[in-house]
Amino acid sequence: MDLLDNLALGFSEALQWHNLMFCLLGVALGTAVGVLPGIGPTATIALLLPITFGFDDPTSALIMLAGIYYGAQYGGSTTAILLNLPGESSAAVTAIDGHQMARAGRAGVALAVAALGSFAAGTVATVVLAVAAPPLARAALSFGAAEYFSLVVLGLIASIALASGSTLKALAMIVLGILLGTVGQDLNTGTPRFTFGIRELYQGLSFVAVAVGVFGIAEILRNLHDPRSRTRMVSRVANLWPTRAELRRIVGPVIRATGLGSLLGVLPGGGHVLASYASYALEKRVSRNPGEFGHGAIEGVAGPESANNAAAQTSFIPLLTLGLPAHPVMALMVGAFIIQGITPGPKVMIEQPALVWGLIASMWIGNVLLVLLNLPLIGLWVRMLSVPYSVLFPVIVVFACIGTYSLGQNPWHVFAVAVFGVLGFVLVRSGCEPAPLLLGFVLGPLLEENLRRALLISRGDPSVFVTRPISGVLLTLALIALVVAVLPAIRRKRDVVFTEDE
Amino acid sequence: MGPGYVPFALGLVLAGLGLATVAKAYLAPDPDLGEAPADAAVSDATGVDDAVPEDAVAEHAVSDADALDPRPLAGIQWRPTVAIFAAVTFFAVTVDGLGLLLATFGTGLLAALARQGTGPVRALVIAAGLTLASWVIFVVLLQLRLALLGDWLGG
Repeated sequence: MDLLDNLALGFSEALQWHNLMFCLLGVALGTAVGVLPGIGPTATIALLLPITFGFDDPTSALIMLAGIYYGAQYGGSTTAILLNLPGESSAAVTAIDGHQMARAGRAGVALAVAALGSFAAGTVATVVLAVAAPPLARAALSFGAAEYFSLVVLGLIASIALASGSTLKALAMIVLGILLGTVGQDLNTGTPRFTFGIRELYQGLSFVAVAVGVFGIAEILRNLHDPRSRTRMVSRVANLWPTRAELRRIVGPVIRATGLGSLLGVLPGGGHVLASYASYALEKRVSRNPGEFGHGAIEGVAGPESANNAAAQTSFIPLLTLGLPAHPVMALMVGAFIIQGITPGPKVMIEQPALVWGLIASMWIGNVLLVLLNLPLIGLWVRMLSVPYSVLFPVIVVFACIGTYSLGQNPWHVFAVAVFGVLGFVLVRSGCEPAPLLLGFVLGPLLEENLRRALLISRGDPSVFVTRPISGVLLTLALIALVVAVLPAIRRKRDVVFTEDE
Repeated sequence: MGPGYVPFALGLVLAGLGLATVAKAYLAPDPDLGEAPADAAVSDATGVDDAVPEDAVAEHAVSDADALDPRPLAGIQWRPTVAIFAAVTFFAVTVDGLGLLLATFGTGLLAALARQGTGPVRALVIAAGLTLASWVIFVVLLQLRLALLGDWLGG
């Protein structure tokens, strides 16, 4: 049994005490940033990325960063339920029914259901990941330059189709991101591009600087422009355990949500956010008494929570098998791989089995740790909300500076953080999302390299992209995704999914 | 296919998308304004005058938290924007010259002042605490090799 061997290898790696410690550190940090509304997992991972450079073991670094990501999903739902304050975007749906349950004095049950649902979904999704990844990686190994180019195009286009907001602006952000990725010396000829004679730009813009700027600093600017009050009553948390009848009620939603989440998580774009919205809409539709939704329906907590956790796990599939990040957090994971000197892609699975399987196993362990960590310590997490923002954000600014500087001891990168922070903020104000920009920035060099290689092999004949079957299919899918994103009728339906019951 | 091939092609595409965005803004007002999801929740963009009382601001922010101002740049407040930019830039300019401790202190001070309502005394306390905390975390615990005092000070 290949699968069992692989998982055994993974667990032996993930259960080493230092990896366990980093997993615990990751999920604890993730929960903390999930609870705090001002800072999300993307910004946190961007800020911690430079620090992982000092880690000796790449597995530990990746385990910790992954822990932050799915830990934040848990933390976000805790404040959503207790305070009606979704700390993370995917928890916004949980707040609808979860907070109603809390107001009815059943906060403990809502939290327990969220934790149990997430745990069950996370377990299944980890198995899905373990089963699906190796064959996909094998298939990807046979990809040539043309296939890779088409795959990247599909990934970029699909990420817009699934996101919300203006399609036109999202496309522009992707192109801008790719353009920013071309700054520096050209790979083939060594000609400097867009460097304006500044030597520091020859190696290109630092990925960390761009990510910290558009996600970390821009986020702070946004929060400073919008001083929301955070003083709300915390409901008491009592009797955690759901009754037998309630447990029976959530079995169906959890199973459906796990399937839905696992599927949507693989797709590029806001996988886990979309999954939780879609699951809520689905549960409301299949429920025998939909009127209960919005007034504390336990299914409205179990479904979305399970879905977003399942999606969070399976969104690692494209990253581990193809080296393609499905959304900004995964783009940051690519950055983490690169910092450790590993190029993500199908070869990683064969060359570094201990790392890949260790990471997969650590996700299951992380889910166990989250249940153990979160249910007893809920009071502690909620108390963290009393840290005033006036203290919190200077900490983030300073850590961002030190982190970015320590990566290459290059002050130029820190200056880039300042520029991209303001740029990111202005873009957000103009209705342009920074996520496609970052995806374009990460995938841009891959796109260009494969485009030029494919055209070199075909002696400049662009028809290779259509005549090679896999490449042709991928491009057709990309075209369909683009049409879907632009068509008004489908757009409206998509907006319904996003705005329903808000 | 020289080194300029891809950037030139992308530049053309981006220019086209830019023109399309401009044209669309004139022909059909953007329906996406106000529909940003929680993730991209571009908060209340009308700007906050110093004179507006705190609770009124909060209420306003909640009432149309997800709406975009049609003039996105109109509501930008200069204090946080300039202060945060200055804080990060200060670090970039001084970290080699003044060293980690002073650069951190200055950055923390400028950043703390970015928030409306943080006075100079409070900002100084925050900056001092932050300097100590960064020294403990980055130098003592993580053992990053950073110069505490910079070139300008003979460090």
